[in-house]
Amino acid sequence: MLRFILRRTLQIIPTLLVVVLIIFVIFSVVPGSFISSLMSEGRNATNADVMAHLNQQFGLDKPLLVRLGDYLWGLAQFDLGISYRTREPVWNVIEPRLWPSIKLALAAMFFAAIIGIPLGFIAALKPGSMIDSGTMMLAISGLSLPEFWFGLLLMYVFALQLGWLPSFGYQADSIRHIILPAIALGVSPMALLARTTRAGVLDVMNADFVRTARAKGLSEPRLVRGHVARNVLVLVLTTLGLQVGSLMGQAIVIEKLFSWPGIGSLLVDSVAARDIPVVQGAVIVIVLWFLVINMLVDVAYAAIDPRIKVT
Amino acid sequence: MSKTVPASILSVRDLRIGIGNQSDLLHGVSFDILPGETYGLVGESGSGKSITGLSVLGLLKRPLQVTGGSILFREQDVLKLNKRERRRLRGDRMAMVFQEPMTALNPLATVGRQIAEMFVVHRGLSWAQARLKAVEALETVHVPAPDERARSYPHQLSGGMRQRVMIAIALACRPDLLIADEPTTALDVTVQAEVLKLIAELCQREGTAVLLVSHDLGVIANMCRRVGVMDRGRLVEEQDTRALFETPLHPYTRGLLAARPRLGSRTISERGRLTELDELVADTQRGRDAPTLVTPRGMLAEAGR
Amino acid sequence: MRLRFNLVLGLLLAAIVIIAGVFAAWIAPYHPIIDADLMNSEMPPSWEHWMGTDGQGRDVFSRVLYGAQVSLTVGLVSQLINSCIGTALGVSAGYFGGWWDDLVNGLTNVMLAIPSLVFALAIMAVLGPGLPSLLIALGLTNWSWTCRIARSSTLSLKNQGFVQAAKVAGFGDGNIMRTQILPNIIGPVLVMATLGIGGAVLAEAALSFLGVGIRPPQPSWGNMLTDARELLRAAPWAAVFPGLAIFITVLGFNLLGDGMRDLLDPHMRTRRA
Repeated sequence: MLRFILRRTLQIIPTLLVVVLIIFVIFSVVPGSFISSLMSEGRNATNADVMAHLNQQFGLDKPLLVRLGDYLWGLAQFDLGISYRTREPVWNVIEPRLWPSIKLALAAMFFAAIIGIPLGFIAALKPGSMIDSGTMMLAISGLSLPEFWFGLLLMYVFALQLGWLPSFGYQADSIRHIILPAIALGVSPMALLARTTRAGVLDVMNADFVRTARAKGLSEPRLVRGHVARNVLVLVLTTLGLQVGSLMGQAIVIEKLFSWPGIGSLLVDSVAARDIPVVQGAVIVIVLWFLVINMLVDVAYAAIDPRIKVT
Repeated sequence: MSKTVPASILSVRDLRIGIGNQSDLLHGVSFDILPGETYGLVGESGSGKSITGLSVLGLLKRPLQVTGGSILFREQDVLKLNKRERRRLRGDRMAMVFQEPMTALNPLATVGRQIAEMFVVHRGLSWAQARLKAVEALETVHVPAPDERARSYPHQLSGGMRQRVMIAIALACRPDLLIADEPTTALDVTVQAEVLKLIAELCQREGTAVLLVSHDLGVIANMCRRVGVMDRGRLVEEQDTRALFETPLHPYTRGLLAARPRLGSRTISERGRLTELDELVADTQRGRDAPTLVTPRGMLAEAGR
Repeated sequence: MRLRFNLVLGLLLAAIVIIAGVFAAWIAPYHPIIDADLMNSEMPPSWEHWMGTDGQGRDVFSRVLYGAQVSLTVGLVSQLINSCIGTALGVSAGYFGGWWDDLVNGLTNVMLAIPSLVFALAIMAVLGPGLPSLLIALGLTNWSWTCRIARSSTLSLKNQGFVQAAKVAGFGDGNIMRTQILPNIIGPVLVMATLGIGGAVLAEAALSFLGVGIRPPQPSWGNMLTDARELLRAAPWAAVFPGLAIFITVLGFNLLGDGMRDLLDPHMRTRRA
């Protein structure tokens, strides 16, 4: 098992390298450099000497390949470079944003799972019924909903009109602050989970071993609990994992809307300020999160399904 | 001449099965099985023999349903029982062995647990007690190292072993009737004989009646004293097995006998048959939004957002 | 029945949005940018302003109509680009196999690892705001699923009789891919593209909402929501209607895509036959 985890961990590296490469290439063709954006903000950096100095300080005078090499070398030592804006190491800028982001992703997923999975189950147990049609209409609506608009509506109703919950902001130990952004972010994974669960249950219910279980004279609850649920879980797990993994990236808009101090809002702010090292760092963190979660899903698979050989 | 006729264990009377209210799959089938007897139902795929077996247990899947007739089990019409009473009979008094041992067992549970479940559900034992009984049951079906095998998952066993496990599950509660639906069709020829022998041996010992459903006349000849021949939803002939082979009465039976391969070799495997039926049923239930997308070219793709 | 219902509802919604976008100039009672009446700002919906007015006194209904143009352009064009990239890469990878297949596969996996909104945001940062940048950013970042589907169906088609026959008959690879394989995978690709339009409309709205997409004063549903957020308490209608428009558009194309997929599904088809 340990070797399996190790091997999957090592598989992350090449993907990450290519991502770094793509991001690096994209940003090295940025027409407006950070320095010129400093000037446009009216700071006193018109002096050519100052510009040259800044370029040198951030290593921008070196050729692209050398810069890439330097960056990768730094990355190998967990050094993401220096922020143009704050002159701090990028990691110090990212690190405090990490936990709020993870917290939001997990809260959203929790909401999505406790609503979406049971909904899918109920719909599948009575295929073709009103409940089924209704649930599936709800699901496709959830997938079509612009989550930041939904967040805006939630904000209007529950914060501005009813005053039950704070409309934005973050407090480290407050559950109240996370509720609205988590629901807004969780709607689309919830809808997807409901659909996947429904399809999974229908698939499993038609499997031969469920007929065997019926022939054994099991009651319907026992059948679902003992034979259907676990097999469906295996199917649902992929969706769940993919969603958790991509949620940090999807959260950008919601974080911005609710002024949530996560990676997403950092990314947007850094893009606006052309703080390229931080943008690169944030993208790498988001991608790494996706890859790590996917690896964990694979490991969980191996733990649940005895058919998967762990070598 | 005739002495007192022993009461049948199973008496199927004018059974009709169809989709909706039309009986277009089974048009009135009647037969009797005596206690301890092994009765064969033979016919080609689509003749209705499989759904006959399934309907006795009450396992027909929508939209298939019994549209008429009666099924008397121990002189009680099971069609008149409510769901719960019927479920109690299932597994306990009447059991079934299916064709595909590959897919008929839950891939995520140990075989020991799947056998033990029978004792938990029908005998009210605790899981710990049931586990011991499960090992005994494995021993009964001649699985070597039963204690160890009980902890195995289905995919770790060969097809023959899996079918033994299925038999152990079916016979766990010593039912009065075993329905064996093509129990050996999916197995290697060498394993077939062993599995048949096992069914015969155990059922004789316990006095269990068997309804053996098969397309294979060789299997039927080996196992059954009486046999019914089915063709397109009708029981066209019923005879003692020996008489059937010597003087087949119905033209269809003659054709079936003529098409019989010699020396026990199998012709076409009927593997596809059950799945055909299932697909028919699955189609009506399949959601319009399954996350997997099947195109006419038979390829699979996930539609992710 | 339900199957048809979805398809019809999807078609209907999509048609409404397309009509709104194409005929915006004729339908809209006011000009979306110039007709700013500061005396009548933040007015609730009325006969004169069906969807009320925004913070600068502009007619929300007219702006929503013009916003449809942006959303539809972005949705259709970006999906056209995505479908072309995805199909070209997927078919060639499946057809030729070998190192090219490995390369495309690897690239697809990398693309799947970067959330498309993040990728699009990065590209927008480089190209700057505006419609052309949006088309490029969203057109380049969403082809991985199409590519996968095109590849897997090409793989299964490659060894079928008619393709083999064409090979034996001496047709060139390009010719075979174009005339034998492409027509057979166009269905699933179209389904993916239709579903993708919804995704692109959502992404455009999100990027514009973040201020890197369509910049004001040009109306886009996303940037209308940015403005509306500031006066949520005073003029909630300015937030409700643009969002509703996004929702209806995306729902329409999603239903349409779902319905098309079911039509292609042989399991559903056998039941109807």
